Order: sequence, then C-alpha cells, then structure tokens
Amino acid sequence: METGRETAIRDNDLSRRGPTPAAIARRYRASQRLKAVAGLIGLCLLLWILTPHFLTVANALNVMEQTSINAIVAVGMTFVIISGGIDLSVGSLVALSGVVLASALKSGWPIPLALAAGLGVGAATGLLNGVVIAFGRLPPFIMTLGMMSVARGAALLVTDGRPISGFDAGFRSIATGRVFGVPAPIVLTLAIYAVAHFVLSRTRFGRYVYGIGGNEEATRLSGVNVRFHKTMVYVVSGVTSAIAAVLLTARLNTAQPIAGIMYELDAIAAVVIGGTSLSGGEGNLGGTLIGALTMGVLRNGLNLLGVSSFLQQLVIGMVIIVAVLVDVLVKEKRA
Amino acid sequence: MIDHAPGTPVLEMRGIRKVFPGVVALDGVDFDLRAGEVHVLLGENGAGKSTLMKILSGAYTKDAGDVFIDGAPVSIGSPRDAQSLGIATIYQELSLVPQLTVAENILLGHEPSRAGVIDRAAMRDAARRSLAEVGLDLDPDRRLDRLGIAEQQMVEVAKALFRRARVLVMDEPTSALTAREIDRLFDVIRRVTAAGVAVVYISHRMRELAEIGTRVTVLRDGRAVGTFPLPETSFDALIRLMANREVRDHFPRRRCKAGDELLRLEHVSGPSGAPRVDDVSLTVCRGEIVGLAGLLGAGRTELARLVFGADRPSSGRVVVSGRDVTPKTPRQAIAAGIGFLPEDRKRHGLVLMRSVGENIGLPSLARWSRAGVVSGRTEHETAERWVTELRIKTPTVAERVVRLSGGTQQKVVLARWLAADASLLVMDEPTRGVDVGAKVEIYELMNRLTDAGAGILMISSELPEVLGMSDRIYVMRHGRIQAEIDAASASEERVLQAALGLAS
Repeated sequence: METGRETAIRDNDLSRRGPTPAAIARRYRASQRLKAVAGLIGLCLLLWILTPHFLTVANALNVMEQTSINAIVAVGMTFVIISGGIDLSVGSLVALSGVVLASALKSGWPIPLALAAGLGVGAATGLLNGVVIAFGRLPPFIMTLGMMSVARGAALLVTDGRPISGFDAGFRSIATGRVFGVPAPIVLTLAIYAVAHFVLSRTRFGRYVYGIGGNEEATRLSGVNVRFHKTMVYVVSGVTSAIAAVLLTARLNTAQPIAGIMYELDAIAAVVIGGTSLSGGEGNLGGTLIGALTMGVLRNGLNLLGVSSFLQQLVIGMVIIVAVLVDVLVKEKRA
Repeated sequence: MIDHAPGTPVLEMRGIRKVFPGVVALDGVDFDLRAGEVHVLLGENGAGKSTLMKILSGAYTKDAGDVFIDGAPVSIGSPRDAQSLGIATIYQELSLVPQLTVAENILLGHEPSRAGVIDRAAMRDAARRSLAEVGLDLDPDRRLDRLGIAEQQMVEVAKALFRRARVLVMDEPTSALTAREIDRLFDVIRRVTAAGVAVVYISHRMRELAEIGTRVTVLRDGRAVGTFPLPETSFDALIRLMANREVRDHFPRRRCKAGDELLRLEHVSGPSGAPRVDDVSLTVCRGEIVGLAGLLGAGRTELARLVFGADRPSSGRVVVSGRDVTPKTPRQAIAAGIGFLPEDRKRHGLVLMRSVGENIGLPSLARWSRAGVVSGRTEHETAERWVTELRIKTPTVAERVVRLSGGTQQKVVLARWLAADASLLVMDEPTRGVDVGAKVEIYELMNRLTDAGAGILMISSELPEVLGMSDRIYVMRHGRIQAEIDAASASEERVLQAALGLAS
C-alpha cells in the first residue's frame, strides 16, 4: 500500500537530482544581498526626489565619511555575531581607546606609539572579554554588558570626566586628509573592509568563526580549538572599536570619555540590516557595509529634510524593526 | 472515580500503521489495555514501542488504523486531544517545571482562582489530595528541583491523576532509579491500578516484568508478535520472540582477516563526574569492523566520546598503533588518525547552514592553509573528489548541508574524516535516520574502507546491523563490557541476553 505522503516524499527526492535546488539556493542568497542593496538604492531614490541636496558629490562623500565610524565598529560586530555572540562594550571601548590615545598624544608620545597604545587598549579589553566568555563560559551578553560599564568607568577615571582636546595637524590628517581626492576616513574604511573580508572568507580563522556560530559542538568535534578562536573574535571587535576611536578623535580634535554612547546599537543594527543572522553562522561584511550605509543615508536624509532629531530616533528604530522582520518572514516562508 | 470493573478494555488500538521516510515503523499493530492492569510493551530498540506510544499520546499521527476508548472510536490529533481523553504519558525526561513548587506543577494550567488571583490554599489542598492518591506525603510548597528523580516522577503521576488520567504510559520509568526508589514507584503503580487506572509500561528490565506486569505484548519490526500473561511466561521465550526474525539479505557481508592492532583501550573509565564507562578494554584491528552492542544507556556513546577525546577519561589508556595517545581533546584524537561519526549528526556533526565543502574541510583546514590563509583550490578539489568518490548526492559542493537528506548528510561526515586521513573511524549509529538505499551504500563504504586497511568501531542498536556488519562484537551493559562475541558464533539471542545481563 502506498499513501500519498510516501509518493510526495519520493517525488521530493527525485527533484534533488536536478540542479534546481542549488540554483534556487544561489538565487536566494543573491536575492538576500540584492534586497539590502535594493533597500539602500530605493532609499536614495526617495531622498533624491524629496530633496535636491541629497544627490550631490559633496553630500555623498559626507554621508560616507559620517558612516565610516559606525561601519568600522560594525566590522568587529560582524565577526562577533557570526560567531554566535554579541559585543555590547564597543561604544565604551571607543571612548576608552580614544582617551588613552589622546592622553598619550598629550604627553608628547610620537604618533605611532600613541596609536599603538590606543589600539593596544582596545585589543586588551577585547581579549579580556573573549577569555572570560570562551574560558569562563560567561554568556557574551553578560560579559560585554559588564565591560560596557567597566570600560566607560575607566575612561572617566583616566580623564577625570573631562575631554582631552587639541592635537597637531599631523594626527588630525587621519580624518581630514585626502587620498587621491577621496577623504581618508573613506579610504581607511574600505581598506578595513577589504582586509576583514579576506580574513572572514579566505582564512582558517574566518572559517572557524562561521563554524563556531553555526554549530559550536560540531566544530569542536572537528578538532578546532574553539575557545582560542572565540577569544580572538572579541579581540577583533576590540581592535576595530579602537580604530574607530582613532578616527573619531582625529575628526573631532577631541577625545571624550562619554563618546560612543549607543554605538553598540548602531553597529548591531548595521550588521542585522545587512542580513547577518543574530543566531550566528551566517552573514558577510558586504551586507554590513550596506547596512551601515543605509543607517547613514537615513540619518543624513532625515537631517536634510529637517526632521526633528526626536522623530529621527523613532524612524530609525522602526526601520531596523521592519528590515529584520522582513528578513525573518522571508526565511520562515522558505523553511 | 472510575466506574470500570477490572478486566474491561479501556483502550483498543487496531491495525495501527506508521511510516517514516524509508521505514515502516508500525505495520498494523493491535494492542488493548484493560482497566487496572499493567501492560508491558517489550521489544528491541526500534521495534516500534515508542512510536506506538507517541501515537497514543498525540505526539505522532497514525497513517492507518483505529483507536477506541471504551469501545467508541476516537481521534487523537494532538497531545491536547490525548489529555482530554484521559491519556497521560510519563516521559523519561520529565515534563515538569523545576523552578515551580509541587502544587504549582500538579495544577499547572488548572489553577483555582478567585477574580484572576490564584487561590493558594485551594491549590495546596488539591495538590495534597492528588499526592495522597499516589500515597505520597510531600510538602506541596517544596520546589520541584529540591526533589529526587523518583519523587519528581511520582509528582508527575499525581499530576496525571489530577487531570483524571485513566491510561498512564510509563516509558522506562525506572532507568534512573535506585532499587529502593523502584519499590516505591511500584507501590504507586499498584495503588493507581487498584483504583482502576490502566498502565502501559515500557521497560527493558526483564526482572521488573514479573514483578509489576499483568500482561506483556512483544513488538518486533513494527508488528505485535504476541500478548502473554505475566508472570507465567518465561524470559527465554520472550527473548526468542523479540529477536527471532527472518535474516535480511541486504548486508554486503564480508569476512576480513584481521591485520595488526589499530586501537587498544586499556581499562578506560570515565568521564569523571558521571562515570558511565567502567573499566573497558577492547581492541580494533586494521581491516576490522568491531560492533558495540547494548541497550540505550549502556554507555556506548560515552565510550565513543572518550576514545575521540570529546570527554576526558578519568583513568585508562587509549593506544593507537602501539602509541599511547589517550586524547584530551578531539584535536589530539584527530591527529592520531581517529574520526568520529556522532549519533546526532545535526547537533554534533554538521554545521548545517554551511556548505558541503566547508563541512568536509573543517578538520583539515590547518593542513590546507599557509600562514592562516586557506588554499581555496585544495579545499574545493578535495571536497569535489570525495563527493564523487562517495557518490554524495549534492548539486555542488557549495550546497548547504541542511538541504541534503539524512543519508547524504552522513556521507558528508564520513567524507570529512576520509579527507582528514583518519584510519580509525568511530561510528555511533551510522545508519540512524538513513533511508534503506543509503544504508546499503554506507555498508559498502565501510567494507571498502576496511579493505583499504582502516578499522571501524561501530555502535549500533540494530541487531541485524551489528550481526551483519561486524567481525567481532562487544556487548556493553551498565558501562562495562559484558561479553565479547565472535561474528561466527554470534546470534541475536546471545547478544540480547548479554545486553540484558542474563547469562547465556
């Protein structure tokens, strides 16, 4: 006796032999990326219609420059989220790295040494996050939530709560300089994305990050040193936060212990709008860059339209919710 | 409360059939249950006991057949339906909320309330009454996680009685209990059956049958092969019934001559904390398939994990090709040439949302990279080669593993270890959840691997598979090796007797 269900199962199996599922999978993944790009382009078109100031070279460069800091923080966040974790301490790390860098510069350290100090603090704090999460088995949410407060407190202690301002032009050129006419922050951001993309897609470390986020136990049983690589993910996040701090300090010509508040949320939003799954194992940096740009364009457009900053908050929040909701619904439909 | 004279059938199941892709789990099973009896369901792993009970409890829907309660046909489409018909299941993993109190658990979803506020006094009273029915003197305000497993189980029975259950299904209720706790549980069972409740009792422990059972039904290969009164029926007769079956012909059985020793375990125990494996010594030779038989919970998977370094042994040595490697991590085991195919591929084997190629390459990336950069070409070519070699049915190596069938996924795990040059494969239930065609293919691959000099330690709960594929069989029971049997002299009866702890 054969039930209809059995026949259905068999037919289903037959269809596996054709090339169709792969094609569908490829098309789907391409469409995921396209959807984010399409959203960004649609947003740009809308703003172009609404305001003449939007689509000018000057404004485009302006948006990208303003986006660069969130975009850089979001690089580390992408690593962390793909590995199945979260890093809430990035905003405080921006502040802490910034004030350490600024104090070093103020004490007359040569620029390379001061940069090393700033980046070193970021890396060390990330290392601490990673070690406690990977070896102490503390949930990433808790550890980085605690670190958010610890790093903020440290930044306030170092500066006694006061901003540190006034650096020489050599240092500020990191933010104000141009490379072949393109603002340096944009060049720096693209360079970081290129390197990070290579690391994520072509190196062993990158593979393991996807493996750990997708199925930690299976990855461990494949002989991967999960704890080490998990730790390194948070080091990456600490370093990218510190790079963002360099850029922020150079641009504003000041380092504030209260800088970077809410940066973690902007970074998470960029990653998630870019199609990276919060449950880990999936995602890529191309998406994150588009996500960061979308946030930047939205903010810029709302400014140009003269929307009040209160309303801006509200609109941006809703855009994040809708973007992820659409993603979830599409995925559910496919499953 | 229950107006049934003992002896009347409360429940009848007629011609129950259930098909899973590639397997007929139940093939027209008849089963009936009388008020006040303890009806034991007996059968090997995979004989269909759990499937039958899951249909009864609404977890699965049947493909054919009828269920009657008090002679009237009923349809059980969901666990809710089963509950409203008075059918309650006590699972091996208890379905209580550990953080709530005893009373809160018993009345969960049925809390007495006044104007939306829970009436705690009424709740306590109701709980106390249900507890008294099972003869349990417990403070209803104790948090459940403060109780032992046995008491929790009894709370679950009390909860079922509170819901006016007339049919109680108990799936291996004694597996985690001590002898004294078992006595108490049996007291509870006697008490509820005296009140007219009917109990379906699933257990592998033959000695319990005689003590508590009224009747026994033996299931084999998804069929009910007979129902007998207890305790009159002999264990030997029951074991013969459980095991006896037509020899299947789809094992590409092949004798190998054992070469030199590949794996030797010397007095391995562990892991510390939960010592499930107790002083195990065994050997696997090159070119040999060694079967590891035993009941669920006998410690086979735990042993496999120790060999692979997934858990750390508390004592003993793991020797591979004469070298003491006793792995502390999977990494060290892999370096020693060991590969592991876990029982639960989806949880422990595969990164489902990643590609076939990535899954195959995972343990080998270190060898395929220079300065941390993976050679995409080596990775791609190796994956391609094994996909072709093992006839892995995937459109491309870039396909996500989650989209492949169970058998194909298993071959991906196998390909991973072949790509990593493993010479000793530890396979935990290598054909579970695999359709028949892929099963035969996996058997053939196992033979080809051993031809090429590999050794395989195969855990299997399917006796025909153990007997058909193994050159030698170890039978485990309670974490120990109970018997070593040569394939030539092995029979299902001998293996089963050893697994059940009965002298042969």
